[in-house]
Amino acid sequence: MAERVQTLNPSVTRQPGSAPEWVRSLTTLVRYIVLFGFAILFLAPFIFAIANSFKTPPDIAANPLALIPNPFTLENYQRLTQGAANVPLWTMNSFIFAIAVTISRVFLCSLAGYALARVHFPGRNLVFLAVLATMMIPGVVLLIPRFIILKQLGLLGTYQGGILPIMVDAFGIFLMKQFFESLPSEVEEAARIDGATPFQIFWSVSLPMATAPLIALTIFAFQGTWNELQHFLIALGPTARDLWPLTLGLATLRGAGVGQQLDFGLFLAGSLLMTLPMAIVFIVFQRYFVESGSHAAVKG
Amino acid sequence: MAATHIAGQRRQELIAGYSFIAPALVILIVFLFIPMFFTLWMSFRDWGGITPPSFSRPVGLEWYQKLLFQDNIRRSEFFLAFKNTLYYAVGVVPTQTVLALMLAVVANSAILRFKGFFRTTFYFPSITSSVAIGLIFLWIYQTGGILNQTIKIFFPGYKPISWMNDPSGLIHNTLGLFGITIRTAPTWLTETNVLGLTLWQWISGPSVTMSALMMLVVWTTAGTMMLVFLAALQDIPRPLYEAASVDGASWWQQFWNITVPMLRPTIFFVVTLGLIGTFQVFDQMYVMTSGGPAGTTTSLAYLIYRAGFNDSQMGMASAISVLLFIIIFVMTIIQRRLLGDRAQS
Repeated sequence: MAERVQTLNPSVTRQPGSAPEWVRSLTTLVRYIVLFGFAILFLAPFIFAIANSFKTPPDIAANPLALIPNPFTLENYQRLTQGAANVPLWTMNSFIFAIAVTISRVFLCSLAGYALARVHFPGRNLVFLAVLATMMIPGVVLLIPRFIILKQLGLLGTYQGGILPIMVDAFGIFLMKQFFESLPSEVEEAARIDGATPFQIFWSVSLPMATAPLIALTIFAFQGTWNELQHFLIALGPTARDLWPLTLGLATLRGAGVGQQLDFGLFLAGSLLMTLPMAIVFIVFQRYFVESGSHAAVKG
Repeated sequence: MAATHIAGQRRQELIAGYSFIAPALVILIVFLFIPMFFTLWMSFRDWGGITPPSFSRPVGLEWYQKLLFQDNIRRSEFFLAFKNTLYYAVGVVPTQTVLALMLAVVANSAILRFKGFFRTTFYFPSITSSVAIGLIFLWIYQTGGILNQTIKIFFPGYKPISWMNDPSGLIHNTLGLFGITIRTAPTWLTETNVLGLTLWQWISGPSVTMSALMMLVVWTTAGTMMLVFLAALQDIPRPLYEAASVDGASWWQQFWNITVPMLRPTIFFVVTLGLIGTFQVFDQMYVMTSGGPAGTTTSLAYLIYRAGFNDSQMGMASAISVLLFIIIFVMTIIQRRLLGDRAQS
């Protein structure tokens, strides 16, 4: 995207007969003011949250706008391991769920996407239509029946119950199918003539060419699972505290505080800790986020 | 020889095809397709969620009658949640779309620097979990919190709003400025009951607390949608603008006659995503308000959760799910009619 900006836009700025120099400078100034204004608006909540997470609870209540904590304390972060808050365990669970779901989604979606794109078998179009149809189902409508099915299978409040229902993602299958269809098929043909099995072709020929969509799929799956609340709320329920991921654990801490003074120091520290892994992934893989972003927007 | 070889290869391919697709298909069928039909079936039954589902009692269309036609508390609750969700969607979707489009147009310039910084900053809220954002904003929105304190710096006479605990509706409050309150409003407004709520209740607008949640969601999603618009803006052929400016078209004319029509498919995409997303809103209510104050932030999705898991009314919760599915479906169709037809032409 960045390259396109550079190649396309200079023609505009050198447009003959366009606005005079000072008008264009003024326009640019206005652009900067608007963009920096919104950048501050988007960043400020995080900056104030970080500053306040290092303050003592009375200081948070008295001076929330101060950007430099005085006195500086790690008390809020220490409290994340005490009492009802079992953040180390919840963090580990978040990683278990996110990694398990990511690996299975990447593998199963690319396998299915490859079959739909390249392998000829009867009923292929029907299967593809079915996959497309599942993308139309609003997730919230599945709350109750998923609970029932997990209950019937005896999987409520287990790791498997948390992982199995979200192990495959129709959008991932769609993404991989589109990609494999765009690949030239000559190399695969050559491998087939050499006697390679379909799985060998998929694994050794086609998959290595799919780095870009695989990275997008990986990021999207990890991000989606790391941030997921609703599904885990249903699948793990209020009793399986030892299996809770961070989202469910931290959300429940608020519930525990209804009617009493809410422990905002704890919330801020927990929220920031939960955001940290995503922030690191985001900074490292920034350009891939944009591609999977439009799908993530569905979650609102 | 060759023929059997080809036949063998076909069979191998057939087996491969089915076995490649099978694991994904099984998961989708068990956890997406079957549940869809299960919801429908369960909406005709009475079940508390504890005994096996087969112990549930068939009740026919009773839930639908209670929710839609009979004058009772359940219908009032359902249409209150419907009203809340509708105001939420009507407030959030246009705001986030217009804001995102505006930011994208502003950012779409070759001579701008710090592009990477802006992109990172604007996108960051949407990769953060709704729970983290919810808890941070719960703190920001307190009566003595940083939002009220910041406003007070600029407007010293400002009387702090209790953002998280104010059930009064925005339209009610606006009418109140003109002296129209529930006491002075005409009786046809306060006494006509439509679908379990009075007309006066219907026109409340989103509550102050709901508006706070709406601002939060716009803040979260605008950045993502801006990037979608930015990518689309860069695909508009430059010569269109060049020809227009040679013909003397103003910036505003170019925006309305080139940018907006060329972006119509993208606008359609963003609005569709926005509608589907807003009608399912749940996390913010679960994390921040538990549906309160006075039920004004109870969305349809939150009502499903509460009916099923707090009130142990799985049958009714399923019926609401079916109705929500129909609402989202109809919304998408209407929206496609309004925007999509022109997007194709």
